[in-house]
Amino acid sequence: MDEIKTDASPRAMLECMMLIRAFEENNKALNAAGNFPGTCTCIGQEASAVGVVRALAKNDLILTNHRSAGHLIARGADPARILAEIMGRSTGYCKGKSGTLHVSAKELGVILTSTIVGGELSLATGVALSQSMLKRQGIVACFFGDGAACEGIFHESLNLAALWNLPILYVCENNQWQAYVRRDETMLTDHISKRASAYGIEGITVDGNDVEAVCAAARDASAKIRNTKKPILLETYTYRLSGHFEPDDMAYVNPEELAEWKSKDPISRLKAKMLESKALTSNDAAQMEQRILRAVSDAVLFAKASPFPELSELTTDVYA
Amino acid sequence: MSEMIVNQAIGEALAEEMRRDPTVIMFGEGVATKRKDLVAEFGSQRVRNTPLAEGIIAGTAAGAAATGLRPIVDLLFAPFLCLAMEEIINSAGKLRYISGGQFSFPLVAIAMTGGGWTVGAQHNHNNESWFVHSPGLKVVMPSNAADFKGLLKSAIRDDNPVIFFIDMPLMYQAGEVPAGEHIVPLGRAATLREGKDVTIISYAKMVHTCMQAANTLAQIGVSAEVIDLRSLKPLDEKAFIDSARKTGRVLIVHEASRMCGVGAEVAAIVAEQAFDTLKAPVLRLTGPDAPAPSSYVLEQAFMPQPDGVVAAVKKLMG
Repeated sequence: MDEIKTDASPRAMLECMMLIRAFEENNKALNAAGNFPGTCTCIGQEASAVGVVRALAKNDLILTNHRSAGHLIARGADPARILAEIMGRSTGYCKGKSGTLHVSAKELGVILTSTIVGGELSLATGVALSQSMLKRQGIVACFFGDGAACEGIFHESLNLAALWNLPILYVCENNQWQAYVRRDETMLTDHISKRASAYGIEGITVDGNDVEAVCAAARDASAKIRNTKKPILLETYTYRLSGHFEPDDMAYVNPEELAEWKSKDPISRLKAKMLESKALTSNDAAQMEQRILRAVSDAVLFAKASPFPELSELTTDVYA
Repeated sequence: MSEMIVNQAIGEALAEEMRRDPTVIMFGEGVATKRKDLVAEFGSQRVRNTPLAEGIIAGTAAGAAATGLRPIVDLLFAPFLCLAMEEIINSAGKLRYISGGQFSFPLVAIAMTGGGWTVGAQHNHNNESWFVHSPGLKVVMPSNAADFKGLLKSAIRDDNPVIFFIDMPLMYQAGEVPAGEHIVPLGRAATLREGKDVTIISYAKMVHTCMQAANTLAQIGVSAEVIDLRSLKPLDEKAFIDSARKTGRVLIVHEASRMCGVGAEVAAIVAEQAFDTLKAPVLRLTGPDAPAPSSYVLEQAFMPQPDGVVAAVKKLMG
């Protein structure tokens, strides 16, 4: 049984971001080597995932999307079982029936992952309604992208959540890309958070590449949600440093823009800051890297050694 | 037994199930406005109006169902289901499987359809086969007050998403409903009339058309068996295969258009499993491949009528 992680110390968040990056880079490498499924990575967005997830309480629930590895790992998911799921093995979180795109881990409160863009927005209101009507304490964090914010369901979801006082932390990871389309080709304004006022709720934008700022904003917002039961829209302004779906040569990305965002890489940023303030030594960092390398190679060994589902699983879990 | 209209039978089923299980809730467009008795008894938290936004109504139902509630949502008219397809098909229907069985979706989505009120094609579209064709869902389409009550109660208790279609003109049709707890299991057809010469298989309002035709046929010496499918998924294959084997002649009648309709599936099952006993090809009598018209005369022409059923049976009898 995995344990839900809530450690939001800079050191823990740095190591978690590094693990996510290494996990995703390894998936890209496995894909490039062949015989491995295509995958949507969250490279570049680690601070958004870790900062928000580590601000949550154990009884909170998370809904995520196709770029979910960061949210899962930040919550405490075992990279080995995520990898097994991606590789269609029966030891994965969904018994190999999800694959890379919609991994849910109910035991960790990461539920109802949808890869239909905006699907998570339509489900979050129902989850929050259960929390509210069944008098549960936990709030609901719903991750989606700027692409989902262009779907009609974004409006329907925020309007209903505001109307019914549903405890939802809407987290828009504005990564500037909607599959292969630049965000500025699809909307005239830069920020999604401004839309919150139209629903009578609070909207906040935070630097999505600053994990400490993200965590502080998410902690503040979730405290307010717990008190007021009103939803809040938190926008983490960030950048997708890798392709939409691997393999992806990113030939469509402006190299100068990419270089500029790489210079704001959330991991290097925090690491440099901690080294400078002596909160971290280079020896500490090297040890972290060693642990992460081991975790990723253990994950590969576990996933590769895991069996595929029995063929009888083809038609199980269709009906309750 | 007591006589009541279908709308009352539905109201009884809702009230009884909400009384029985505190996790049963209901919301939708005008639900709290139309069902004041439910609001009075169960409060405005459990019976809610919503914005006119079918996607979020269905999505909220799916999310709530997966996390401990048993929602019933009223999506009004079947063509509006198009605005909730993502949530019904991709979420409620698939996320159990995708998640490896981590979640279940005990919800009921109610929608009205069917000719009779001349509302035209954007309020009347017998699209039930779309849902039959989608994994993870169950589909119910009753024909009489007792079944409306009994099937709705079963649908609410079922741990899967159930699409519950109401054939519009039946809403105010009266019928006998057994007193006390009345449950009709999903997936069980009803033989409404026994016969030996021909099997007529139908559902919803068309069942009454077929019963009228069967009376006419009896007067000319043809003994028709009439089967009401009641549930379209799961489909009670045994009920109609047994009957087809007995009579050797099968006519399927529904208002939905013919191609890939429920009748196509029933005909294929009969052909696969009772071919050796058939005395004539299986026939279908259905609505045309056209949007439902509004003009009364066209709407009546759209729907199979008793005369048409009689003519089709005569053709089967040779």
